[in-house]
Amino acid sequence: MTDLISPDVEQLLFDATTSRSRRIKNRLASIWMLGALVVAVIPLALVIGYVLFKGIGQLSVAWFTEDLPAVTRKAGGGMGPAVVGTLLITLGAAVMAIPLGILGAIYLHEYGAKGRTARLIRFMADVMTGVPSIVMGLFVYTVWTLTFGLNGFGGSLALGCLMLPIIIRTTEEMLRLVPDELRQASYALGNRKWRTITTVVLPASFGGITSGVMIAIARAAGETAPLVFTIGAARNLNLNIFEGPMTALSVQIFGNAQTPFDAAQSRAWGAALTLVAIVFAMTILARVVSSMVARRHAA
Amino acid sequence: MSPEIAAPNAEVVAPTTAPVSEAPSVVFDVRELDVYYGEFRAVRDVNLQVLQHEITAFIGPSGCGKSTVLRCFDRMNDLIESARVDGKILYHGIDLYDPRIDPVEVRKRIGMVFQKPNPFPKSIYDNIAFGPRLSGNKGNLDDIVEHALRRAALWDEVKDRLKKSAMGLSGGQQQRLCIARAIAVEPEVILMDEPCSALDPIATARIEDLMQELKSDYTIIIVTHNMQQAARVSDRTAFFTTEVNSESDTRTGVLVEFDSTDKIFSAPADERTENYVTGRFG
Repeated sequence: MTDLISPDVEQLLFDATTSRSRRIKNRLASIWMLGALVVAVIPLALVIGYVLFKGIGQLSVAWFTEDLPAVTRKAGGGMGPAVVGTLLITLGAAVMAIPLGILGAIYLHEYGAKGRTARLIRFMADVMTGVPSIVMGLFVYTVWTLTFGLNGFGGSLALGCLMLPIIIRTTEEMLRLVPDELRQASYALGNRKWRTITTVVLPASFGGITSGVMIAIARAAGETAPLVFTIGAARNLNLNIFEGPMTALSVQIFGNAQTPFDAAQSRAWGAALTLVAIVFAMTILARVVSSMVARRHAA
Repeated sequence: MSPEIAAPNAEVVAPTTAPVSEAPSVVFDVRELDVYYGEFRAVRDVNLQVLQHEITAFIGPSGCGKSTVLRCFDRMNDLIESARVDGKILYHGIDLYDPRIDPVEVRKRIGMVFQKPNPFPKSIYDNIAFGPRLSGNKGNLDDIVEHALRRAALWDEVKDRLKKSAMGLSGGQQQRLCIARAIAVEPEVILMDEPCSALDPIATARIEDLMQELKSDYTIIIVTHNMQQAARVSDRTAFFTTEVNSESDTRTGVLVEFDSTDKIFSAPADERTENYVTGRFG
């Protein structure tokens, strides 16, 4: 049969030598990419592994329940106030930044669109994303802490300011991904604009918005610099974020790691592990919630 | 084009030509309609009447403004910022572009089915119940959903999976779902913007059958680029074409001829219509 193949069609067949060099190039490129992936994952795995290795010994019931020790150079005491502080301060920041950020993004994409106001706000949000967190801390220090003293709410304000632009920009991107056909379908059924947003656009983009919010929360929960200026340093549990100094895991990591004492350094590792675990748990929770919602809505 | 396609199927036309006794009432009376996008006039001088319980088809080459005109009937052009309308569309004697008109109320009475099936990423049930829930319908939602799906000839295919996502349906099923979703709002008119252009021939045939069934209860306007489809399903046909504006090198859509489908396809009055329906251009 082979002798029946016309010269025109024969070009479609691989000739042995190009085919071989092509295969080698393909293999090399695949190995190169796999190598890049491995190199990228190594630091991540090392960080998590090392934190786990150094910190796991600290964890106990007392670690989560007891107050910080009066003398950091000695072992004993717990991280209770810092765990609670991180959770409360981040929660306070989230309560302020999530609704503002999502509403802002809705304005930007659904109402402002290409208008001058929207463009200005979008630009400001981009600038705000680039503001170093320590500057945000100084800002809150001058407008809040100097007047109202050191308290958890100052920390929430600073973290909220850091979260806000991230939430605005990621939410706007997610709203952009909702096909216009869905909005049109909703309008054609006699649905008003605000209800189209609440009944069609937001449910369709719920998963993406949730991950954007999670990125913002995770970033805020790990911030140290803005908290150093604003929440003070407490050793005891303080559940009132509006009154009196508090402490947070990130601040404890920073403080304890600087000391030359073994006990304090172990405490810093324990706090690091706790912080990583909290962020990890929240990320998984967000994944579960958004996939549950997605299963209810999409295919 | 072969003559048997050019002449519409006698069966299809029969029901509308038979009851001559009572004149059907006019649902839309379009007078001197011009549509602009910014300074650009997309369509000019459209005059036509849409009669109750009839299927009116808009045909014509691409860019002739047939979809643009269709979107005026439910004020969907309002969503395009630069769009502006001159002239009148009287809906049972009321001008739809009167400033006192609430476009949202218009869209509840005049439903629309789009070119690409666009079900919400929700369950089949929630898609149909969407409209009734909006208007705070206190009736039995289950009954409304079943009725709408039966009316759209989709019930038997989906009755066991109402809680499943609508995105899992085939294209043809999705389009019938969109029709059912429009029906559930109980509109008087259903606008269809090339509803079959994304569907295979079998799904298309099902939608066309469905249109014939729906005609007894609804008034339907369909935009189609498929002449045979217009000939098969419609009672009246409007043929649009484009005019080139020599100064600005832009194209404006014009309504060339509006008559019974029979007439348009067998004995058109205008030469441009004849050229189009016989396949000589377009």
